[in-house]
Order: sequence, then C-alpha cells, then structure tokens
Amino acid sequence: MRDTSDVANMRDAVILAAMDLAAEHPEVVFLESDLAGCSNSTMFQKQYPDRFFNCGIAEANMVGVAAGLSSMGFVPFAHSFGCFATRRAYDQLFLSVGYAKQRVILIGTDAGVTAQLNGGTHMPFEDVGLTRLIPDLIVLDPSDTQSCYELVRQAYESGHSVYIRLRRKGSTHRYALGTKIELGKGIVLNEGKDLSIVATDEAMVNEAVKAVEALKEKGISAGLVDMHTIKPLDTELLEKLSQQTGRILVCENARYAGGIGEAIAAHLAKTCPAKMDFVCVGEEFGEVGKQDYLMKRFNLTCADIVAKAEALAKR
Amino acid sequence: MLDKQTIESLEAKATDIRISTISEIAHLGSGHIGGAMSIVEVLTYLYFHEMNIDPSNPKMEGRDRFVCSKGHAGPSVYATLAHKGFFPMDWLKTLNQGGTNLPSHCDMNKTPGVDFTTGSLGQGFSAATGIALGQKIKGEKSYTYVMIGDGESQEGQIWEAAEFASTQKLGNLIAFTDFNRQQLDSYTKDIICMDNIDTRWLGFNWHVQRINGHDYNQISEAIEAAKKVTDRPSMIILDTIKSKGYAPGEGIKANHSMAISHDDEAYAISVLQGGARK
Repeated sequence: MRDTSDVANMRDAVILAAMDLAAEHPEVVFLESDLAGCSNSTMFQKQYPDRFFNCGIAEANMVGVAAGLSSMGFVPFAHSFGCFATRRAYDQLFLSVGYAKQRVILIGTDAGVTAQLNGGTHMPFEDVGLTRLIPDLIVLDPSDTQSCYELVRQAYESGHSVYIRLRRKGSTHRYALGTKIELGKGIVLNEGKDLSIVATDEAMVNEAVKAVEALKEKGISAGLVDMHTIKPLDTELLEKLSQQTGRILVCENARYAGGIGEAIAAHLAKTCPAKMDFVCVGEEFGEVGKQDYLMKRFNLTCADIVAKAEALAKR
Repeated sequence: MLDKQTIESLEAKATDIRISTISEIAHLGSGHIGGAMSIVEVLTYLYFHEMNIDPSNPKMEGRDRFVCSKGHAGPSVYATLAHKGFFPMDWLKTLNQGGTNLPSHCDMNKTPGVDFTTGSLGQGFSAATGIALGQKIKGEKSYTYVMIGDGESQEGQIWEAAEFASTQKLGNLIAFTDFNRQQLDSYTKDIICMDNIDTRWLGFNWHVQRINGHDYNQISEAIEAAKKVTDRPSMIILDTIKSKGYAPGEGIKANHSMAISHDDEAYAISVLQGGARK
C-alpha cells in the first residue's frame, strides 16, 4: 500500500496505482489515446515501455484492443478524457468489454466541471449515466488521492471492469494512510440529525464539507457521506441514513439524468423512502470557463448545497 | 500447391459444412445465409488444415485464434466448429432458439471454439488486433486470423484498427475481407463505393493480396505468403460469391438474410451433391 499524501495531482494517484499493480502483476498493460501528457501515463510508459501502447486518437479502437488483450489474459488500463472514454467508445465498452465479459480499467479524466478550459465539448456530465447502464461495470468517483489509489487497487482485485472519473491537476488529501476505504461502501465523514448529505466526486465532497460547517452555524445538523462508489451502490448505508434522518440531499458533478442521485432515489423509493433533493447538473450541456465559474454556473457550490439543505430540512 | 487428395478432402469437408449451415438455418426457418456461405472455403482451410487448435481444449494456451468480425456469419462458423468436434452436431438445430449456445452472432462465452464475441460490425477487428498484440507481448509463435466483410469495411473502426495494427507491426495478424460485393440493402456499389479496396489497405501499410476466396490453392499460398511478412499485418482480399453453395440465394440481391423452407433446403443440398439446378 502506498501513502499518497505527497501526490500533487489526482491523475498521478491513478497512474501510481496502475504502476504498483503492474509491478505485482505482469498481465497489467496500459493503453493511451494520445493523451499521455494529460493523464501523466508517461510515468507508466517510462517504467514499463514494453507494456504501454499509445493507440492514438482512436478511442473506439483503443477500447476494442483492450477487450482483445483481456481475452488473452491481460488486464488493460485505458485512458481518455471522460467524454471520449465513454461517449465516443460506448458501443465498444458496452459490447466488446461488457457483453463479451472482458475486463478493462477505463480512466476518464476531467470529470464534469473540471474540464474547465476545454469547454463543453470535453465536459462529461453524462459519463456517469452511460457507464451505470452497463451491467457489472464498477463506477468510481473518488474524492481524494488516497481513496483514488486504494479504490483502483480494490477494483483490480474485484475482477470486474471499472470506469473511474477524476480531475487531472491538483488534488485533495482527505484520508490518511490506514483509513478504512472499501469499494462499494460510503465513508461517513459526519453524523447528522436533521438531514444526510450524500456527495460523490472530489469537487462536490469538498463543497459539501464546507456546507456542513455553514449549516451547523445555522443550527442545522447535517450528516455527510463520501459515496466514492457510484456502482455498486451502498444500499445498506443509504437505507440507514433514510431511517435516521428521513432527508437526503445528493450532490454530484454530473447530470441528474442517469446520475447517482437518480440511482439513490430509485432504490429508496422501493425500500425506505426519504424526502430528497439534488445538487447536480440539470437539462444542460457543459460550457467553457474556470472551475469556480462553472461551479456557480451549474449551481454546484457550497451555497447551493446550503440553500437546498435548509429547504429540505424544513420540508 | 496443395496435393489433389488434400484439396478433395477440403472440398468434401466444405460441402458438409455448407449442408449443415443450410440445415441449421432451415431448421429455424430463416437466417443470415449469404455471408455465411461466402466464407466457407476459408473456414474449412483454417480449421481443417491451418490453425493450431484442439477441439478437446478450446482454450488451449498458445493456440491460433480466429475472430469472425462479421459476426452474422455465425451459422457457418458453428457448422465448421461442430464438424471439427468442438461440440455435438445436434447443437446446430438449436440456432437462435431460446437458451441456445449458438446465437445469431458469435459469442465467446456461449460457443466452444469461438475466440471473440462479435456482432456490432468493426468491433471484432479491433479485438483481433488486441489479441494479436497480446500474442506478440507473450512471445507466442501463434497467429490471429480475422474475417471482415466488405460492407463491414464501411465502419470507421476498421480503419482505426488498421492504422494501429500496422504501427504495431503485427506480422502475426492475418486478415481476410469477404469481398462479395453485397450488403444487406443491395450491392455495395449502390450503397457505399468499395472500389480500390486493395490500395486502401496498401495505404494503411498492410501487406495486401487479392485472391479467389473459393480456391484452396490460392488461399493456401496467400496464407503462406502472409506468414513470411513479419513486419506488417496482412490483408487477403477474397473475391467471393455471396450465398455461394446455397443455390436459391446465389445471384440475387436480397440474400443477406433469407427465409429457407425445407423444400429450399432439399433443393440446395441436392445441388451441392451434384444434382441439377432449376
């Protein structure tokens, strides 16, 4: 296990996990789509030049090649920007990987608003919904370097295919080495009496942490869970939260349609209904701008969480 | 050159495979007959003369692999595998029935001997490229054979894989294009022009040959020549007849998928066995 407290960028946490797995497992290989400079998979390439393949600007073929390598016993990592890793190569991910029961660890960088200056064409809000639709695929949206690193390793051990979305540059260090981080199990960051905030994604968990403090000052006791695993959903914890507070506010850096909020609402509707609201992107496409602007533009800020939490607590 | 006895043996086997393919589809009542029949000589040559495979151990390490990227040709792939002994012949009567191990399009998780799941055109070609790359990484002396259609070559993914395979110098990848000049709706010339197919592949830096896809000597020589080229993948373009050997389907436009009655079946089999054509 690796301590990631000195890892400067989220992208490095996932590449380091790939490299550490490659050191232990000769079947691990890495496929890149002319974005090695963006993902920093050049680190992997330098360490394992014979197990690194740049597939060029051809994401559909990259995912298909990954599936073929999987059928030969390899475990390929493959990277592109989240839009192209999922949307552009979707039929390949669905059939050659999913339906054919092959195994690929697909990395989609620039999650949601973190695409920033690449703008709307490169801003994946729908990757969560697309990947949730593929049976047996694990979907991850980690909130810090340590959980990112450890979840990739656990996903590898699970034997399933994985889609992990994350920002590239900059990082959050939330969990010290030794913190219990478990694939498919949300991490309770705060207990609350009035409502439960369930957040996924680095940017959203960071906003939610601030929101919990702001709500406390307003006399509202909000619990907070880092739901780093979008699929499979931690249904046990969600039912517990629903019973405890009866009010759940879901925060995600992705579309409502197909997002984790929809998944949670659907599960609780049939098991343990709660009053709910959602901080997420509505019926919209992305656009260009710095992250601060985009967080405001798509109503994903601490203030948005606080406002919706206050209203939900009174409902 | 193959000796006379070998050719006669392959021809007899191909006739058996064609009869089984027709009966498989006739038992169901309809199916993808055209593109299944046009590749029978290559299937027969690969499975009964060329590939290092073991029907009693379909997942044998180090084996040669075959990906039928034009996955709708499943019925003749299944007939070939059954005759080779990968599974009992009576499975052929289950084509496309609920719960079958022989679905319309090839499925590696259901059918012993199928090396990759195909059906969405273009995808098997990328997977075959990945398989060939995997063989190379492992240092295997094995080959990956892959069959694509001329209509399938309209998919952009084919050309993404083509440029990757030549960049990676996959000399162990030997591809065939079933150039039967027909696709579902009509003749390829009426849908998308597939002229100059040879030079398209040459342009992607592949080793290219063009042969009669129903001639065993030409198939044999082309594969031998392809194996001698180790720094490039090989494309063998097969001039073929869609529905070859299913007499009611030969020479007509709408032979991609056809209804086949038991009368059609009996007539087609009689022609294959030397009987007169209507």
